[in-house]
Amino acid sequence: MSDTAVIITSAQITELIDLVKRVHGFDFSGYTKASLKRRVVRIMQLKKLEFYDLKHILVNDQHFFQNFLEEITVNVTEMFRDPSFYKALDLQVMPYLSTYQHAKIWCAGCSTGEEVYSLAILLREAGLSKKSFIYGTDINTEVLKEARKGIYSLRSIKSYAENYQFTGLKGSISDNFTILYDAASIHNELKQNTLFSVHNLVSDDVFNEFQLISCRNVFIYFETELQERILELFYKSLCPLGYLCLGSKETIRSDAFKKKFKVINQKENIYQKIGA
Amino acid sequence: MLERWRTTEVLLLGGSAGSFKLLFQIVKFLPANLDKTVIIVIHRKRNFFSEIEKLFAENSRMLLREIEDKDILNKNTIYIAPANYHTLIEKDGYFSLDVSEAVWYSKPSIDVTFESAAEIYKERCMAILLSGANQDGAAGMLKLREAGAVTIAQHPADAEMDEMPAAAINIDAAAYILRTDEIFKLLQTQ
Repeated sequence: MSDTAVIITSAQITELIDLVKRVHGFDFSGYTKASLKRRVVRIMQLKKLEFYDLKHILVNDQHFFQNFLEEITVNVTEMFRDPSFYKALDLQVMPYLSTYQHAKIWCAGCSTGEEVYSLAILLREAGLSKKSFIYGTDINTEVLKEARKGIYSLRSIKSYAENYQFTGLKGSISDNFTILYDAASIHNELKQNTLFSVHNLVSDDVFNEFQLISCRNVFIYFETELQERILELFYKSLCPLGYLCLGSKETIRSDAFKKKFKVINQKENIYQKIGA
Repeated sequence: MLERWRTTEVLLLGGSAGSFKLLFQIVKFLPANLDKTVIIVIHRKRNFFSEIEKLFAENSRMLLREIEDKDILNKNTIYIAPANYHTLIEKDGYFSLDVSEAVWYSKPSIDVTFESAAEIYKERCMAILLSGANQDGAAGMLKLREAGAVTIAQHPADAEMDEMPAAAINIDAAAYILRTDEIFKLLQTQ
């Protein structure tokens, strides 16, 4: 809907970024401004706040900040978003993962967990459930609680059914859920090899070594400079010849990183770590 | 209006149901040396890998590309907003994408791109809102008009689905209401 009532200037966005950094230690300065501005306007509309109210409450109410964090970061996600990506992953990356005794996967910016469980289903279909583990991380503690539960509305599962069909996986998406009234709970066997924890891509460092990192539709919220810092983090977090997956409209543009990552699938933005 | 067209840097085209044929004709019609950036936001479904880009590219004299994150807005290029993302424009003249909630059940939403263009390009852009069966685009057109841009709604009588241009006209977001032939007359002005 339109935001005709709320007007906020670029200077005010800068002011807000400074305040959040000073008071709460979260640095949003590398985020793309147009999207950030839309989110701030949305919060002000939802909570019916003027700009000075927003600043006041951000300083004085710790609980509100969690809420703010949840709203400012986009948590819209789908299971099997871009089915052709999952097809490519199955064809081009699963055979590589199967060569490891144990494969570790990092889903960075996992939000409410839909992508983690999509990967878990794909791994199971490739016969790799027993020898793989998925780490889901996000900046936001609230969405991670949802991810751990693995309970989604029946309506959203129905909307993922079409995605699932296009991946060519057998059966239907609901085979992976226990359905009770209007809630769908992901099967325990799919939750077993997952761990969800807080990690801030902007400020936190390497925490493990992975064979595959999936970070899809997160870079779109970052300016180029921050993207490159995080590419470096991913590079350091991957084992030699490990794979990196970005969103279908996110590409590695920097010449320095083009030398460090080989393109495995141009359309789906699947890369492999090469060099040192 | 003709004078404003000459100085326009960014041409925005928004369309939904019933707009495809006309958009296709416009793409075919625009000259290679238009010296403007053209941005097309057309509603479409996720997963139905549409042949829109291919069809448009084969028939366009300008360069044509589906927008990828952080693409720079170049002149003499037609950009198409990708399905299942919103397209925003950043201050330094590049696109950024966003997967947040649909607006008017649409992703891409015309409102989102138009409002973003209004902030960055202000009076340097011109927008044309075409046929569609919902109200996306009207609020964005209003923002553009308030920012000094030239806003045009396709005459509802010429639109296969009149709800979209009519919605913009109803909130006084359209500075001009043009018949289809008048749109082409404007676009061919050098």
